[in-house]
Amino acid sequence: MSVATRGFRGGSPPARRKVEWRRYVLYIGFVVLFLAFAITLGDDGFTSSNNLLNIVRQTATISIMAVAVTFVIGAAEIDLSVGAVAGLGSVVCAMAIDAYGVVPGVAAGLALGVLVGSINGALVVVIGIPSFLVTLGMLGIARGTAQWVTDSAPQPILSDAFNATFGSGDLGPVPSLVVWTAVAVAIGHLVLRRTSYGRGVLATGGNAEAARFSGVPTRRIKFLVMVVSSGAAAIAGMLYAGRLQSGRFQWGEGDELSVIAAVILGGTALFGGRASVIGALLGSLMIGLINNGLILMGLEFSQQQIVRGSIIILAVALAARD
Amino acid sequence: MPSAEARVDDPPLLRMRGIGKAFSGVTVLDDVDYEVRAGETHALLGGNGAGKSTLMKILEGVYTLDRGTVEIDGAAVELGTPQAARRKGIAMIFQEFSLVPTLTVAQNIYLTRETRTRLGLLDDRAIERRAAELLAELGVDIDPGLPVSRLRRASMQLVEIAKALSHDARILIMDEPTASLAQSEVQALFTIVERLKARGITIVYITHRLEEVIEVADRVTVLRDGRVEGTVERSELTMPALIEMIVGRDVGATMQWAERPVDRGGTPLLELQDVSTARGVRDVSLEVHAGEIVGLAGLMGSGRSELAHAIFGIDALESGRILVRGREVAIRRPADAIAHGIVLVPEDRRAQGLVVDHTVQANMMLPLLRRLSRGGLLDDAAGAQIAERSVERLGIRTPSLRTVVRRLSGGNQQKVVLAKWLATEPDVLVLDEPTVGVDIGTKADIVELVRDLAGQGKAVLVISSELAELLAMADRILVLRAGAVDRSLDRSELSDEPELHRLVQEAAA
Repeated sequence: MSVATRGFRGGSPPARRKVEWRRYVLYIGFVVLFLAFAITLGDDGFTSSNNLLNIVRQTATISIMAVAVTFVIGAAEIDLSVGAVAGLGSVVCAMAIDAYGVVPGVAAGLALGVLVGSINGALVVVIGIPSFLVTLGMLGIARGTAQWVTDSAPQPILSDAFNATFGSGDLGPVPSLVVWTAVAVAIGHLVLRRTSYGRGVLATGGNAEAARFSGVPTRRIKFLVMVVSSGAAAIAGMLYAGRLQSGRFQWGEGDELSVIAAVILGGTALFGGRASVIGALLGSLMIGLINNGLILMGLEFSQQQIVRGSIIILAVALAARD
Repeated sequence: MPSAEARVDDPPLLRMRGIGKAFSGVTVLDDVDYEVRAGETHALLGGNGAGKSTLMKILEGVYTLDRGTVEIDGAAVELGTPQAARRKGIAMIFQEFSLVPTLTVAQNIYLTRETRTRLGLLDDRAIERRAAELLAELGVDIDPGLPVSRLRRASMQLVEIAKALSHDARILIMDEPTASLAQSEVQALFTIVERLKARGITIVYITHRLEEVIEVADRVTVLRDGRVEGTVERSELTMPALIEMIVGRDVGATMQWAERPVDRGGTPLLELQDVSTARGVRDVSLEVHAGEIVGLAGLMGSGRSELAHAIFGIDALESGRILVRGREVAIRRPADAIAHGIVLVPEDRRAQGLVVDHTVQANMMLPLLRRLSRGGLLDDAAGAQIAERSVERLGIRTPSLRTVVRRLSGGNQQKVVLAKWLATEPDVLVLDEPTVGVDIGTKADIVELVRDLAGQGKAVLVISSELAELLAMADRILVLRAGAVDRSLDRSELSDEPELHRLVQEAAA
C-alpha cells in the first residue's frame, strides 16, 4: 500500500516519560533494604549464610503461593482462600499419611487442592460469581473444615521421609524448601513468559472480551488459574506440615495478605494484564527480609506489623504505575 | 489555500500562534497557527496522527505547549491545567463520556456545584429544576431525574453539552460527536449545534466524516503531519479539495466502484443456511464465494453485528447450518471459526479488537499463540517477524513493535486489528465497521486492502453504516431488517448512494 513509505511514527505519544527507575523500584528497594540491614545488623548475624538461608526457607510457602497467585491476579481474578487452603491441605495430608502412608497422603493433599480450586473456578466461570466473593467464602469454608475435622488438634506426622522432603531436609547442600521455591519460580516464570497459556492469561487479564474475540479460551484460563492457585496452596500447606512435622488448621493463617502483597510488590497489576513471577519471588523475599531484620532489631510483634505495613505502602507508592 | 484572516476586525476569540509540541523527540505540532472567530462553528480536520488531538489537548490544558502562545479575546493566557482552561470558558465534549452512570442527569450536570438547603444538605429538587431549564433552552426532552445509565448515547452527549453550558463555556470542543449516533440522532445533534450557535457559542468540531463538515462548518482548518495545511471558508468548501488537503493525494478514485469478475459457479467459500440465534438473527441464508465482497447494510439494530457474531462463534446458533467450502462446520467458539479460516474484525476495536495496554507485537500474536508454540514454548522471535512484516505490509505507524497499542492513533489501531487477523491467513473475513473512527487516508487504505484480499481469492463479508463505502467495495449488498435478509442486490443494479440509502430506510419502515 502506498502509505507504507511513511514509516514509523507515533500517533498520540505518551503525555510524558515516567522516570525509568520507578520500573525497578522493587529491585532497588530490595538491595537498599538488604544493605541497610547488613550494615546495622551485621553483628547480630543478619548476613550469616545460615540466617539468609533461613529467610528463603521461611518464605518458601509464601513464594510458592505467590507464583500461582501471580497468574490469578494477572488474569484479573483474585484468590483470598490460599492461606486457608494451605491449612486444610496440611491437615488432609497429615491425616491421610497417618491412615494410608506417605504417597497416598501427598496425593490426598494435592487432590484436595485441585478439588477446592475446581469449585472456586467453576463458581467463577460457570455461575459468574466474582472471584473475590467466591474465595472469601472458601476461606471460611476451608479453615472451618480443617478445624472441624481435626477437632482443633494438631495432626503429627511421623514419617521422616515426608518431613525431610517437604520441610527440614536438604538436597545435597541446598535445603529442600529452597529447591521447592526455585522449581516453582522457574516453572512459573517459563509458563508465564514463554507459553501460549501464559500469554493467554495476560490477554485475559488485559481485556477478556478482546481475548475471547481473538480465540483465546478465556473461560478455561480463568478456571485453570483458580485450580493451580489452590493446588499450589495445598503444596504450601504440605511444606508447612513438613517443616513443623504436623498438619494444623492454623497453618497459613493470614498468608493470603502476604501473598497478595508479594505479588503486587513484584509489579503485577492489581487489575490484571501485567504480571511478573520473578517480581513475586522478590516481593516475597523482601517481606521475609523485613520480618527477619525487624526481629533481629528486637522489635516487638506489634511494632513489626507497623513497620512492615509502612514499607509495603511505600514500595507500591514508589513503583511505576500506568 | 486563501486565508480568511484579513476580513476580521476584532481580535478572534481564540488565537493560537506558533504552537510547537514534541514527545520524546518526535515533533507532533510544528509552528501551528490556529484561529477561531467568536460564534463560528470551526471544523478541525486531519488524518490520524496529524496533530488534531494534541492541539486540542493543549487547548483543554491537558498538555503544556513547548512553543507558541494562546490568546483569548486578544489577551495571552496560560492554560496549563484543565481547570484553568475551563475557567477561560473552554469545554470539551468527550468522545468517551465523562458522566457518572449511576447519578441522575441533574446530579451529573451540577456535580460538585450542588444547590444546598438551609441545613447544608443537597437539594436534588432544586438542581433538577435548574437542569430542566437548561435542557429546555437546548430544546431537548430529557428527564433530569433519570439516572444517566438509562439514557441513550445520543442523550448522554446532550447532557454533556448541557453540563458544559452550565459551566458558562464559550468554546465547545466536540470530538467526533456523531461517531456513535444513528442517522436521525445526527440530524438532531446538528439542530442543537445550530441552536448553540444562535446563542453565540463557538464550536470546534472534530470529525472524520466530511459530509458533516460541509453541513455544519463555517470554516475548516486542515492539519497534516503536525502543520496547518490551510483554512477554508464555507463558500469555498468542496469535497475533493478537502480530501486532497487531508490526505495530500487524490483518493477520490479509491472510492469509485469498478466491476470485478466474480465466479459464482462453484461451491461458495462460506454459506449460511437458515441461521437463527437467540440474539435476534432470523433465518439468514447467504453465500459468499471466493473472490467476492458481500456488503451487509441495515440500520442499527437490524442484526448486522449479531450475524457476524453468529458466524464467528460468539453467539450460539439456535438453528441453521454454517458451511465452509460446502461442508458443514461446527463453530462453538471463536477458536473453531479461526480453525476453519474465518476471522472477525469486530465493531468495537478498543473493547473487542485489542488489548490496548499490551504491545503491538503481543496483540498481533494473540490469535497465533497455538501456531507459534514450539514444543510447548512460544516462539517470540517468529512472532516478532510476523508482526514486523504486518507493520510493513499495512503501513502501520508505530514507534516500535514494543509500543503499547493505546499510544497509537485510531487508524493505526484499526490496522493492528486487521494485521493480527491477516497474519492467520484466513479464507473468510468478516469485517464489522472496519473504517469507523479512522481518517480518510486510512479508510482508502482499508478499502484498497479489502479489494486486494478479494482479488487473492478470499471471501469477504463487510458490514458498514457508510453506504458510500459499501458501494465502493461490494459486489453484492444484502439489506438486513430485524435480523433477517430483506433484500439481496447485485451491485450493478444499484445506481448511487441515495438509492441504497432509500432501500435501507425502507427496510426499517
